[in-house]
Amino acid sequence: MRRVVITGAGTINALGQNVAETLEAMREGRCGISELDIRDVERLSVRIGGQIKGYDEHAHFNRQQIALYDRFTQFALLAARQAISQSGLEFIGDLAARSGVVLGTSGGGLQTQDDNYRAVYEEGKNRVHPFIVPKLMNNAATSHVSMEYNLKGPSFTVATACASSNHAMGQAFNMIRSGMADAMVTGGAEAMLCFGGVKAWEGLRVMSKDACRPFSANRSGMVQGEGAGIFVFEEYEHAKKRGAEILAEVSGFAMTSDASDIVMPSKQGAARAITGAMADAKMNRDEIGYINAHGTGTAANDKTECAAVADALGPKADSVMISSTKSMHGHLIGGTGAVELLACIMAVRDGIIAPTIGYEEPDQECALDVVPNEAREAQVDAVLSNAFAFGGLNAVLALRRV
Amino acid sequence: MADTIRDRVRKIIAEQAVLDVEDVKGEQTLEDLGIDSLGLVESIFAIEEEFDIQVPFNANEPEKSEFDISSVSAIIAAVEGLVKDQHG
Repeated sequence: MRRVVITGAGTINALGQNVAETLEAMREGRCGISELDIRDVERLSVRIGGQIKGYDEHAHFNRQQIALYDRFTQFALLAARQAISQSGLEFIGDLAARSGVVLGTSGGGLQTQDDNYRAVYEEGKNRVHPFIVPKLMNNAATSHVSMEYNLKGPSFTVATACASSNHAMGQAFNMIRSGMADAMVTGGAEAMLCFGGVKAWEGLRVMSKDACRPFSANRSGMVQGEGAGIFVFEEYEHAKKRGAEILAEVSGFAMTSDASDIVMPSKQGAARAITGAMADAKMNRDEIGYINAHGTGTAANDKTECAAVADALGPKADSVMISSTKSMHGHLIGGTGAVELLACIMAVRDGIIAPTIGYEEPDQECALDVVPNEAREAQVDAVLSNAFAFGGLNAVLALRRV
Repeated sequence: MADTIRDRVRKIIAEQAVLDVEDVKGEQTLEDLGIDSLGLVESIFAIEEEFDIQVPFNANEPEKSEFDISSVSAIIAAVEGLVKDQHG
């Protein structure tokens, strides 16, 4: 089987507008969660989020582009530009035909929907802009990335709620591994911080009004974020031959379905995905140095996830480092696994483990080393990235140091 | 005569538990009635809609919530308090 490596990374999220800024914030344990600045925020009971502040779409795109690019598409394009530029790949000829785009998103063009439902229902307008459908569709970001960079191979969008980008990256990985493609642009994007997007989440009563404190006994729920994480996955020999800088190797992936409940997670489903990813990567559990947790900061997730890690890793669970960077950038829903993969790359490439910030009180049911509040230096060779979605769909990626 | 708050809350809980209203007793807990966390969140939504009130409740820290859900009677008392506070 062919090997797959990462040769480019890009992002925009509440912690920074590129990878360097984001990793610096993670190293410093900085919080990107702040007061939401959105229309009708005064009608929300949850008023915080990992919002990208100071973002001006006109600084990046022209008027015609903005007419077609929802905020989530804009984020995907900005992150893709960084990733593809870093990889040094130019998609022409055979390489273009053998390279594609697989991105995750959950809400797609939700802001476009929100704005236009307002226009027709609230403002009583009977006419909308002609490009609303191509702007709001979930595959808009994937399609615009493929158009911008001439990516003509297998391309589609994956929507599995909070696991979307891990599922997307898992597909990209297996396509290269199996020989279906030589390079893939993959990751995810989300821009759900609009009135309707936050209001819907409020209804579930799982959102925090003050902070995201995963694994801390005084946790009060999840906090939404927004942004994108995009990577270039490339076949190892292809990357080596051209002397590309390799950020990490993607060595395994597994997905499972709980087949039990639409919102409550299952320990068995999560543990099977973790065990499956290790087996797929031929990783011994003693090799695992770090796990980027799903770690939403809800009671249901955190307790189940810690129990699943303890089951899957056995005695190794007592010494493995596991952190949730959602405490800093919030939960990017369909884009979250992609931004979190940056923390995994930082762990294997730079030997720096991102912390779980906002950690205040130990919880007996989350008695693992959650790297509280401060980043740590440690050489780790193998890491996992967890994503467990509503609907019981789980996706875990395994990375190695190259 | 209009239903009392007590009757209206019992009706909401009965519907969630798929029981007749007469089978919902004050001393019962939500667990006794087979109402899980999702059912609870749905019941709270129905209560907010029925009485046009805001119920302070976070599913991550139910024990810290000012809204007492320890039994049907406790819920009724809590709703009566909220209706009084929010509608004078």
